Amino acid sequence: MEINKDNIEKKLRDAFEPTYLNIDDCSSGCGLKFDTIIVSKKFEGKQLLARQRLVNDLLKDEMTKIHAFTQKTYTPDEWEKKQEKAATNPECPIKSTSACTGNCGNCPK
Amino acid sequence: MSSAFLFRRVLQQCASRSPVSIISTRWTSSSTENQTAASLDPEFKKKIDDFIKSNKIAIFIKGEPGAPRCGFSNAVLQILDLHGCDFKSKNILDDEQLRQNMKNYSNWPTFPQVYFDGEFIGGCDILLGMHQSGELVDELKKIGIRSKLADVNNKNASTSK
Repeated sequence: MEINKDNIEKKLRDAFEPTYLNIDDCSSGCGLKFDTIIVSKKFEGKQLLARQRLVNDLLKDEMTKIHAFTQKTYTPDEWEKKQEKAATNPECPIKSTSACTGNCGNCPK
Repeated sequence: MSSAFLFRRVLQQCASRSPVSIISTRWTSSSTENQTAASLDPEFKKKIDDFIKSNKIAIFIKGEPGAPRCGFSNAVLQILDLHGCDFKSKNILDDEQLRQNMKNYSNWPTFPQVYFDGEFIGGCDILLGMHQSGELVDELKKIGIRSKLADVNNKNASTSK
């Protein structure tokens, strides 16, 4: 199966049933590159290393062909707290990144 | 990170419905590592065992500390520098066998790879996450390294509302 954003998204959705998922395809001349943010209840009770190993194991085959892969993994609670923090921070760290959905309602239109 | 926050997190983990998850992730990751590491050349395995165990911080990166060849490796170097840590590094670009074998040894598909006191910590994402949360200062303390940022964390904790 071809490695692309849609296929990776499907695998992540099926495995983690995320409440929020963002995948940026940043592939370039260096090769395939994906930046992901995964928010899932399945990460609860697990430290960062365990969470990332779950994702790595899921994408084991893809990883042999992907050049670079970043993952930010949160539980729904952690993600909510992060959003709240960003909302009270005038210089929102998410605002200028691809993780911004434009829907949190904190930025004036 | 305040001790109150850490205490709440320990409680949260203990309250987790899945008892398996309260087992230290380092034990979990170690057993997985042993399955893949078992297939490695014993001589290579011993060399790496010795390297990571004889250095408090051992990292496997693309490039050299003064000249990293990858943004993620550079990020790890920057973070360790911010905390004032000494470390030993290996350049996986110089040695293709090392590059491939470390993926099995660590059971981790990418670089950089960071070890503290012989235990696998993770890659750039994890180190960055730990740095941003303040957890890295505590992890360094556990291995006998006082972070340059330890006082900054304490100062912030005492002055925060």
